[in-house]
Order: sequence, then C-alpha cells, then structure tokens
Amino acid sequence: MKYGILVNEGPYQHQASDTAYQFAKAVLDKGHELYRVFFYHDGVNNGTRFAVPPQDDRKIAELWSQMAEAHGTDLVICIAAAQRRGLLDEGEAKRQGKDGNNIAPGFRISGLGQLIEAGIQCDRLVVFGD
Amino acid sequence: MSEPWEEEGPGTIKKFMYVNRKAPYGTIYALESLEVVLIAAAFEQDVSMAFLDDGVYQLKKGQDTKGIGQKNFSPTYRALEGYDVEKLYVEAESLADRGLSEDDLLVPVEVMSREALAELMNEQDVILSF
Amino acid sequence: MSMLHTVNKSPFERNTLVSCLGHATAGSAILLIEDGVYGALEGTAHSDLLRGALADHSVYVLGPDLNARGMTDDQIIEGVSVVDYGGFVDLTEKHEKVQAWL
Repeated sequence: MKYGILVNEGPYQHQASDTAYQFAKAVLDKGHELYRVFFYHDGVNNGTRFAVPPQDDRKIAELWSQMAEAHGTDLVICIAAAQRRGLLDEGEAKRQGKDGNNIAPGFRISGLGQLIEAGIQCDRLVVFGD
Repeated sequence: MSEPWEEEGPGTIKKFMYVNRKAPYGTIYALESLEVVLIAAAFEQDVSMAFLDDGVYQLKKGQDTKGIGQKNFSPTYRALEGYDVEKLYVEAESLADRGLSEDDLLVPVEVMSREALAELMNEQDVILSF
Repeated sequence: MSMLHTVNKSPFERNTLVSCLGHATAGSAILLIEDGVYGALEGTAHSDLLRGALADHSVYVLGPDLNARGMTDDQIIEGVSVVDYGGFVDLTEKHEKVQAWL
C-alpha cells in the first residue's frame, strides 16, 4: 500500500514528528511504500541541519535524513512555510540573497502542490500535528 | 511498465476535505490551511472546506487586525469562489455553541448539522486537518 | 467506507476527543495517541466518554505512548485494545481513510 505522511509540527516542541517518524518506520518495516513525507507549518523545522540537540537526546533531523538515505524516502519541505521560518536550500539562499543555507541531507524544498499530489497518488495520507 | 498514476489515468478525481477546527491569528493554522486550499484548487480535485469547533471563527465578519500587526486574511475566503472552491460547510452546532449564526459569517456557506457533516466526512477520499 | 480517527489531545485540556466522538459514525475506529492516551484510562472524570463510544466503535490506544506516561495496559477501559506502531499502520491499512483530530 502507498503511504503519504504530513508533518505539521516542528521537532522537540511537540511529539508529532516523533510519532510521524515511528509511524513512517513501521510503514517501511511492513513492506509498504512510503511515497512522500511532507513537512508543513512549523514541521519545516524538522529539516534543518543546524540543530544541535543535547548528546543524550534523539537527533530528529538526522533520523529523517537516514531514512531518506536508506529507503530513498522523499522528504519535502513546503517552500512557503520554509521561507517564513528561515529554512533555505542553496538555490533559495542564492535567490533570496541570504548568506547561508541550512537544509539537512535528504530533504528538498518544494511547493504545496507536492502535498496535493501525494494526496492524489497515495492510498493513505496520514496527518501528524498539534 | 507504467506508473500507477498512469494506470489511474489523468482524470482521477479524489474528494479532498480541508478540516478547519482552529481560530485565526492565535496560531498560523487557519492562514496556512487557506494557502493549501488555494494551491489545491489548481489540481482540479473535488475540494471542500469544513469549519467546525473554533474553526467557525475564521469566517466571522468584521475582522480588523490593525491592532495586532498581522495581515487580515479573511477577505481571501470571499475569493475562494474565483478558484472554484465553492463547497464551504459550517457546522450548525459549532455556530450555536459560540452564539453565532449564519448572518455573522463573511461569505456564503452551507450550514449543516453535525450528523450531516459526519456523513460528508465519510464520503471523502482524503481528509487534511490543520 | 470506514474511517480511522486519531486523537492526540488529553480530554482534560481540549475538546478534541469530544469533537471526534461527535463526528465518528458507527463502525469507525478511534485510535488514541500522544496525550490522547489519557482519554483511555479507567477511573477518570472522562472515562465515561470513551466507554460510551465502545458500543459502536472499535477503540485503540498506542501502547508506547501509554507506557511513556507511566500507564500500563491494566489501567485502561475494558474493551480498548492496545497497539504498537505496527498496529497503527495495520489500522490505517484496514480503514480506507484516516482523519486526524488535532
């Protein structure tokens, strides 16, 4: 079965992205296809590589990045929500005249259409938020 | 081998419902949910918006945000018709609980009972809650 | 066409569970996750809410969330089933759609 996941909250502040990650892992473990994880609202903050959580805490952005590397999971950060919150990839940084970029490996920035498309393509779209 | 969406054909239309249960301005959910709906309109799916619980406050007439330094995005609900988003459902019980009536709303809507709205939710293919 | 509803708020803080139950038609399933698991506990001021729902809904609670909060399976309302994340996925497979009550 083909799954899409929408993550509406940032890491650490709310459990939503932890739950989404555990759910995503279980989807893959069961042999389903994880078509896309879309990050919206403060959920875009899951995709920064500049977070430095305490050593004994889980590293949420890294966990997502590892999932993308191991399974080719498509991790998409909404561009409009990302621009509001200071999440930039190299191209966006250049376009907006910013002096750096902070997107974590395996994530990509794209439009809200990617969410709608996931809704159209997937058998299930599961939302995690606050 | 053809891709699954080719098998389904370009004409695949799913029923998308955007469920709004949160008041505007206190959090960004209402505004960013509206942004999703505007994008979704371009995908020619069967789009509807449901307003229940505090979500009915999003449609309250007379919003004046000058004093809080945020943009008043309520006129956008009136623009939805231009995007062919015409199905705005408001739950009667949620209005009544809040001492509101249809006359308090800034855009024409279909007011329906909780029971009818629940049935309508059942008919959807994708439910996005923010 | 049956639906799986997820609830992630404590019934002591928000009306999310009440609202979900008000819209969950007979035959749909309800899964309590995150702070929503407090709604599954026996002997609280809100226990009757969920007990009433058991008549025409299957109700589940996410075990890892329950345990994280110091609760065990024997503290939940009789008739509520405990699932893990794999069970969560199975529920989404079994029901054609999922509605998150946030």
